[in-house]
Amino acid sequence: MDEGLTGAAADTDGGAVLAEAWGVDVQIGAKAILSGADLRVRAGEIVTLIGPNGAGKTTFLRVILGLQRPRRGRVFRRPGLRVGYVPQRLALDATLPLTVERFLALGAGRGGREGAARRAAILEDVGAAQVLASPVRDISGGELQRVLLARALLRDPDLLVLDEPVQGVDVSGQADLYGLIGRIRDERRCGVLLVSHDLHLVMAAADQVICLNHHVCCAGRPEAVTRDPAYLALFGEHVARQFAVYHHDHDHRHGTDGAVLPLAPEPDDGRHRAETPDHG
Amino acid sequence: MDDFLLRALAGGFGVAVVAGPLGAFVVWRRMAYFGDTLAHAALLGVALGFLLGIDINLGIVAVCAAVAVILVVLQRRQALAGDTLLGILSHGGLALGLIAVAFLESPRVDLMSYLFGDILAVSARDIAWVYGGGAVVAAALAFLWRPLLAATVHEELARVEGVPVTAVRLAFMVLLAIVVALAMKVVGVLLVTSLLIIPAAAARRLAASPEQMAALAAVAGCAAVAGGLWGSFTFDTPSGPSIVVAALVLFVVSALAPAVRPGRHHH
Repeated sequence: MDEGLTGAAADTDGGAVLAEAWGVDVQIGAKAILSGADLRVRAGEIVTLIGPNGAGKTTFLRVILGLQRPRRGRVFRRPGLRVGYVPQRLALDATLPLTVERFLALGAGRGGREGAARRAAILEDVGAAQVLASPVRDISGGELQRVLLARALLRDPDLLVLDEPVQGVDVSGQADLYGLIGRIRDERRCGVLLVSHDLHLVMAAADQVICLNHHVCCAGRPEAVTRDPAYLALFGEHVARQFAVYHHDHDHRHGTDGAVLPLAPEPDDGRHRAETPDHG
Repeated sequence: MDDFLLRALAGGFGVAVVAGPLGAFVVWRRMAYFGDTLAHAALLGVALGFLLGIDINLGIVAVCAAVAVILVVLQRRQALAGDTLLGILSHGGLALGLIAVAFLESPRVDLMSYLFGDILAVSARDIAWVYGGGAVVAAALAFLWRPLLAATVHEELARVEGVPVTAVRLAFMVLLAIVVALAMKVVGVLLVTSLLIIPAAAARRLAASPEQMAALAAVAGCAAVAGGLWGSFTFDTPSGPSIVVAALVLFVVSALAPAVRPGRHHH
C-alpha cells in the first residue's frame, strides 16, 4: 500500500489542475442531491470521495464527467483532457456475446495487430491477462474491475475517474486494487478521482479525501480529515477510533520537498483545510 | 414455382436480412416493447398515408419516427416509468390507428392485411421498397455499428469516450421505424416485433460475437420466412402467423441445443 503514498504530498500543490468544480448544486425531482460542493483534482494526485450511501458521491462524479448538468455551480475540465472512466457496474445483457478482448477494442479502437498487442499488454499490466478471450459475463467481480480499468487506461488518460472500484471484490483483492491504482498514478503521473465507501484502504491510498454527505463535510489530507469533527459525526466515534489506531502505523509524512517528517505536530494549514469545506 | 410465391420469398428474405441484425440490438438493448410501440403506431402511419395521399411506407416511417422522438423527450422528463409511457403510446397509437383506418372507409384499405400481414400479396413495387429501404438500413447500420455497440454495452462509458450517444440512439430508432414499415407487409403490425426478436434470440446460443449473432439472426429470419411460407402452403394456414411460428420452432430448437461458447482460459 505504500506505493499509494510515495511522494504524494510533494505533488499535491505542484501538479496542474485537471478538473475542478465550484459550488455544484444538483437536484433530482424535489430532492437536493448536492449543494455547494467543491472539488479539485491535480495531475499526479489521488482524490477520494467518501461518504455514506446516497450521499451524492456518484452524482458528483457524473457532474465532473459532464454526464450530469448541475443546477448551479461551475465545472472546469482542462481543455483536451483525456478521461478514463471506470463505471460502478457493467449491466451487460445476457444475450450479448462479448469477449473481454472485444470489450476493450470498443473503447480505444486501434485496429490491427498493434492494437491487439496493446490491449493484451495493458490487460496484463492490470493483472487480468488470463481473461482476454473470456466472455465478459463469465469473469469474476475483481476481474471485471481490472478489465474496466484496462479499458480506461487504453485511452492514455490524464485523469482516471473510478466509481466504487472495489465493489464486489474481497478484502485482499481490494488492497491489491488500491495498490494497483497507486502504482498507475505513480507510473503515469495522471490524476485519479475515485469514489468509495470503504474507509480503511481509502485513507491509506489517497492524497486528498473529500467527505461528502450532500455537501462537503470536510476535505483535506487523510490524517487531517479523520480528526475532523464533521468526519467523526458522519462515520461515528467507533469507526473513527479504529482509524486513530490505524493511523499510528503512519509514523511519518512528507514535506513539500518530499523529505520524511514526523507526523506531529500537524501543520496548521492542513488542520485548517480539514475543518472548512473550502479546500482550495 | 408461382410468381407470387417467388415474390413472397424475395420480399420476406429482404426483410429478414435487415430485421435480424437490427433485432439483435433490440434484444441487447431490451427494447422489445419499444418495437411493439413503433409497430402499433405504424397503423396510424397507414391511415396518414391514405389521408395525405402519400406512399404508405413514408407515412409509417414518419409516424414511427415521430413516436420515437416523443418517447425520447418524455423519457428525459422522467415523470412516468419507461414501460408505462410505452404502454400509453403503444395502445394509444394502435387505437387511434384503428379508428383512423375505420374512418377511411375505402375498399383499398384491408385492415386485416395490415394487422397480420399479407406476404402473398407482395407486389413488385413492394419488393423494390423492401430492397431499397433494406439497403439504406444495412448501410446505415454498418456505419453505426461500432458506436451503437459501444453505447449498448455501457451508455455512459461510451459518452465519456466521446460517442455521440443521443444521436446514435435516435438514428437507431429511425432505422427501426424503417424496418417496421418494411416488415409490416410480411407479418403485420401485431407480429412485427416477433420478426425482430425471435430470430435474434434463436441465434444467441450459437454466437460467440455480436457480429455472429447478427448474421445468424438474419439467417434464422430467412429460414423462418421459408419455413413459414412452406407451412402456409402445406397446411393452408395464414402466412404471417406461420412465419412467426416457424421462427418460434427455430428458437425452441436452439434453446434445446448445447451451448457454443468461446473457451475460457484457465487461471
